[in-house]
Amino acid sequence: MSRKPPRDYVAPVQRFRLRYAKRGRLRFASHRDFQRAFERALRRAGVPMAYSAGFSPHPKISYANAAPTGTASEAEYLEIGVARECAADQLRAAIDAALPPGLDIVDVVEAQTSDFAARLQASRWRIVLAGLTPAEVAGPVAELLSRPECLVERLTKNGVRQFDVREALLEARVAPAPNGAEGCAILTVVLRQATPAVRPDDVLAALRSVAPAPVADGWQQPPPQVTREQQGPLAEGGVTDEVMIGDPLAADREAT
Amino acid sequence: MSPESVFPALETLLPRVQKPIQYVGGEVNAVVADWDAAQVRWALMYPDAYEVGAPNQGVQILYEVLNEAQGVLAERTYAVWPDLEALMREHDVPQFTVDSHRPVGAFDVFGLSFSTELGYTNMLTALDLAGIPLLARDRVDGHPLVVAGGHAAFNPEPIADFIDAAVLGDGEEAVLRISEIVQEWKSAGEPGGRAQLLVNIAASGVAYVPAFYDVEYLEDGRIRRVIPARSGIPWRVAKHTVMDLDEWPYPKAPLVPLAETVHERMSVEIFRGCTRGCRFCQAGMITRPVRERSKVGIAEMVDRGLAATGYEEVGLLSLSSADHSEIAEVTTYLADCYEDSQTSLSLPSTRVDAFNIDLANELSRNGRRSGLTFAPEGGSERMRRVINKQVTEDDLIRTVATAYGAGWRQVKLYFMCGLPTETDEDVLQIARLAREVIRVGREVSGRRDIRCTVSIGGFVPKPHTPFQWAAQLDHESTDARLAKLRDAIRTDREYGKSIGFRYHDGKPGIIEGLLSRGDRRVGRIIRTAWERGARFDGWSEHFDFDRWAQAASDALADESVDLDWFTTRERQHAEVLPWDHLDSGLDREWLWEDWQDAIDEVGVEDCRWHPCSDCGVCDQLGTEIQVGPTDLGLPEIRVSALA
Repeated sequence: MSRKPPRDYVAPVQRFRLRYAKRGRLRFASHRDFQRAFERALRRAGVPMAYSAGFSPHPKISYANAAPTGTASEAEYLEIGVARECAADQLRAAIDAALPPGLDIVDVVEAQTSDFAARLQASRWRIVLAGLTPAEVAGPVAELLSRPECLVERLTKNGVRQFDVREALLEARVAPAPNGAEGCAILTVVLRQATPAVRPDDVLAALRSVAPAPVADGWQQPPPQVTREQQGPLAEGGVTDEVMIGDPLAADREAT
Repeated sequence: MSPESVFPALETLLPRVQKPIQYVGGEVNAVVADWDAAQVRWALMYPDAYEVGAPNQGVQILYEVLNEAQGVLAERTYAVWPDLEALMREHDVPQFTVDSHRPVGAFDVFGLSFSTELGYTNMLTALDLAGIPLLARDRVDGHPLVVAGGHAAFNPEPIADFIDAAVLGDGEEAVLRISEIVQEWKSAGEPGGRAQLLVNIAASGVAYVPAFYDVEYLEDGRIRRVIPARSGIPWRVAKHTVMDLDEWPYPKAPLVPLAETVHERMSVEIFRGCTRGCRFCQAGMITRPVRERSKVGIAEMVDRGLAATGYEEVGLLSLSSADHSEIAEVTTYLADCYEDSQTSLSLPSTRVDAFNIDLANELSRNGRRSGLTFAPEGGSERMRRVINKQVTEDDLIRTVATAYGAGWRQVKLYFMCGLPTETDEDVLQIARLAREVIRVGREVSGRRDIRCTVSIGGFVPKPHTPFQWAAQLDHESTDARLAKLRDAIRTDREYGKSIGFRYHDGKPGIIEGLLSRGDRRVGRIIRTAWERGARFDGWSEHFDFDRWAQAASDALADESVDLDWFTTRERQHAEVLPWDHLDSGLDREWLWEDWQDAIDEVGVEDCRWHPCSDCGVCDQLGTEIQVGPTDLGLPEIRVSALA
């Protein structure tokens, strides 16, 4: 006896794009951990999700460029499809309240445009190096920026892969800690989005590889704290030489 | 004053370990309790990895019950994997709770729930990392009380040296009683210190305090007697039994971990206890009598739990869920309620009859019918009479035929190997049965792609069961018997390819047997094995039989007993068993007669549907069977808010 799936596919009536943050101790959640937590939060919040068809229907959610496990983020993005009309601000409040503290919804905009993923062109990452002075970091940064290419290797689930950090690195700046803490450097880098992605830890590996020997322990201990601060389209122009990253939700907001 | 969080120190280690999320807490429905407002503080541990421990119902229930109590708080801790253990030792980070990352040593009570004896070495790691002396006698004022519970606590003798007390049976009321005793003692200015607190606990009968009992041995190594070492201590300590489950609707708001766990679902316990009388089953013996949650109580827990968790699946838990007197009504009701809500229901039940298939069909109305599991447990009719699993081969074949006919593609059959009186022939019957299942399955379904998986577990004799006197089968014989069975299945040309075969080697079962039926001398083996690196013994990648066997022979070098003596030796009626002074309510003579009946292949009926067989529990403990049908109707079916 063969049985037929009970449900046909129903197209979502609306799509929303969400910006969310992963903060504090919940930065140790992997992307899969986040997905489970988010889907359960949608159910607790009573969001009328659209589902795929078949015996094992899945809620319509598209995730983009998740930050690595252990990395905090202020600028993660995803898109959901709903089966009944919703208001963006109500969705934001309801989902945020249902998520555990540390996973926070920052912004919700109804999708009005296509090519959202293509707008996530680059990310700005803030890396706190609590065991190094700004001077210790500045040298290797200048050296890395002066090179045309810098290859690092990383073990991925498809084996050891090589990445050219220099090609993805659009900007790197070093500053002292804002609270004036001695022996702490804040490194800010802008990385172009690519597949496979060059990650902040690849930048640190590249910096270690060009740093003068012996390489200071401070590059690894205490562990660098990394936060994605921005993610979005690379903006043209600007008055300074700083690379500008735009708001990827701006186009949808304007069209609403 | 509140002890400082160890999180800042832990945080720098987390980038260097596997799956750091398991150590950070922050689960949905975790309780944030005020340390200073509480007088009695519990650290609750499930002594296995977070992914196994976090979903554990026992810990979740006690966590809520304690946190609801006035002046009491509870936080949770789990076994850390060896990668983090090494870093914690290197950087002096103590065993911590995941809720507030407080050191376990700062709590008043350190409660451990042992579903299995294989968690004992993880307890030693946790004590050691917490800075709590491993031996109870070395602890002084200020050290937490170390209290064991869970099914393994029905014979806590192997860990008697390491624990201060053991609670037998249902924990809900017992932990509140212990909290009261601790609270009174603290309010009075802690008179007599820790030692007096233990006397107060032992004298109340709420828990067993091993230090207050002396064990004397005969020259041949058997126990001569176990007697209270001081006056005012009860001769026997009885288990706790919670009556009226509807008064205990816990967990009300189950934890939703961020980390992936072994049970990605919410569970509702629909009844406690089982009187089917399977002779190998410790759970069925020590949790009597049967106490059902009412259908209304179940419906409310499912509704409230789903709203609180957002889980996609609900499991209706018990030792044999299809036996609930109102199960058909409950499953139909729940299936109607959640029909359009992407919520699935599961009934982990292994009853071998057509009624079970009806329930499974109802629960999978909209879902895929992939696999069903049945547990005939014994391969031959004779074997099933010995273990009192009252299923005939006709029942089984009729049941699987119904399953395949209803569209199920795969049937999993669960058996045990090494049962008392078992021969090679009994086990080889499993192959014949599996072939018959496939033959009938192909016939009724008209398909050749149906499958049957045979899954075999090694039998381990357990305390407080009729088989507590039985010899455990040695691991060489277990392995040889299973090899014959494997060959019989693999060489079958017609059906062999449709039959899957899963089994484990016999060695871990021998160590489980040692820890299950051991006495206080086994504590030295546990400590020796742990010192030599034993951790996570329930995980095949960490378990090392040779390390345990060597630890046993070294630790028992001066004794007249050895590993075989504890495991493969049959006990006689007159022998004092290490747990005889611990009262599960079962009458020792009833257990012995049931053991004799097993050998004679005589069955005993279920007291829910037949007259009382005088197991002793209800008389001894003042309890009674609580089963429906209840007269309260279910709420109106409403469309779930999630639809």
